[in-house]
Amino acid sequence: MVKNIKKVKHVIVSFIVLIAIWQLVFITGEYNEALFPSSISVGKAFIEMFTQNYVILDIWSSLYRFLIGYLSAVISAILLGLFLGWFPKVFAYVNPIFQLIRPISPMAWLPFIVLWFGIGDMPAIVIIFIAAFFPVLLTTISAVGNVDKTYLKVAKNFGIKRLSVIFKIVFPAAFPQIATSLHLALGSAWVFLVAGEMSGAQSGLGYLIIDARNSLRTDLLMGTILLIGIIGFTLDSIIKFIELLILKNWGVKPGDRR
Amino acid sequence: MYIEINNLSKSFVQKEGDFKALQNISLHINQGEFISLLGPSGCGKSTLLNIVAGFEKADSGSVSIDGIEVTAPSSKYVTIFQNYGLLPWRNVIKNVELGLETIIKSKLERNKIAKKYVELVGLEEFEKRHPHELSGGMQQRVSIARALAVNPDIIYMDEPFGALDNMTRYKMQNDIYRIAKSQQKTVIFVTHDIEEAVYLSDRIVIMSSNPGEIKKIIKVELPSDRDRTSEEFVDIRGKVFEAFNMKIDKNVEYMI
Repeated sequence: MVKNIKKVKHVIVSFIVLIAIWQLVFITGEYNEALFPSSISVGKAFIEMFTQNYVILDIWSSLYRFLIGYLSAVISAILLGLFLGWFPKVFAYVNPIFQLIRPISPMAWLPFIVLWFGIGDMPAIVIIFIAAFFPVLLTTISAVGNVDKTYLKVAKNFGIKRLSVIFKIVFPAAFPQIATSLHLALGSAWVFLVAGEMSGAQSGLGYLIIDARNSLRTDLLMGTILLIGIIGFTLDSIIKFIELLILKNWGVKPGDRR
Repeated sequence: MYIEINNLSKSFVQKEGDFKALQNISLHINQGEFISLLGPSGCGKSTLLNIVAGFEKADSGSVSIDGIEVTAPSSKYVTIFQNYGLLPWRNVIKNVELGLETIIKSKLERNKIAKKYVELVGLEEFEKRHPHELSGGMQQRVSIARALAVNPDIIYMDEPFGALDNMTRYKMQNDIYRIAKSQQKTVIFVTHDIEEAVYLSDRIVIMSSNPGEIKKIIKVELPSDRDRTSEEFVDIRGKVFEAFNMKIDKNVEYMI
């Protein structure tokens, strides 16, 4: 409880200082409001965004794309990761391909994605998928390899069938490591959501950025940027909370990892 | 004979050439017997246990139980490991149920059996706890309960109390002795603790290392209420010490 109060204190103080510095720079610098919005005008823009309702719809369409892309990436990465982790000989052949694709920014695929999937929701979804897929996949594969051999011996001893071993023993044993990658993948997927929506989408937070730019509203632009940060921060906190809740049952304390 | 180990050999390839973990091991074990494999680290006692349990293959020789050759692990013969092998995401009762899941369909029935064995090892108050919330001794009790739950004929124990402190060890030894006798289990128990071997065993198989061979078999003829301080106990302990001191002088750890 005391720890939580302290945490809230840290958050509040750091934001107040940030806004104060921002405002100070604005006042002393005598910048053009159209180039560098003050914190007050951004605050007003924030109110405008929410009172005129449209931003809620954009948040929803962003979250919708995000969830579809992220969840499908996570599920397929974990399943494929379990398979490839279980058959390291197959992985040895596939791995070079992964290592080739992995360093390519998901954004580099965008022209092809638009050609293959058209515009609308798909580009953002596919880009999020690519962004989240590889970290989860590669972590799952290595986590499966790291599963305590004693568990596998126990499973063998009790005659547990192969497929059951994977879902009953290997997946839960690898889960703490996988959970870390889910967390990291969520962060990078959120980063790429905005990038994906900035090209071709007709709604969403990334689209709002483009829209604000086109109408030369730097206050709305900055407001949207902040909103993206706030939602990303919230999503991160939620998954952190879920992670802790689940890992408590594994006996993994938060300090044990990373 | 119940367990027949015939001419078992196994080597591992190492940088400095082949390491003979086991060489021509033959051993016959009766049903209900408590056998200890005693020896310094690297004498192949764990390898021998792993082969007998079906986890590893020997280079030559054979193991048969009740006339049937061992080729793979089976829940009729359950191994208990030094690091317990409990699944950290399952609570005590769910861990004990693990082995039953392939044998018994009914959830209720599984739960009933698991409860019975959790009680047998004295952990009924902790059945909803997860392994990380238990002490080492309690965790090992859970794995003993899990092994017993599938009603195996034989229990293999690979230095099961190696990670426990002395007092807990004594208590666990008392318990496993009582359980093995009352449940009429055949036990092969790997240890490097002489006193532990004397306290628990009907026969102690003393092994030497590189090549891993059976050096001597000592029969422990003590009453079932064994007293670690009695003259007879100390006497047999002395015999074991003697067996180690006779030839191997590199194993200083066993000299007084």
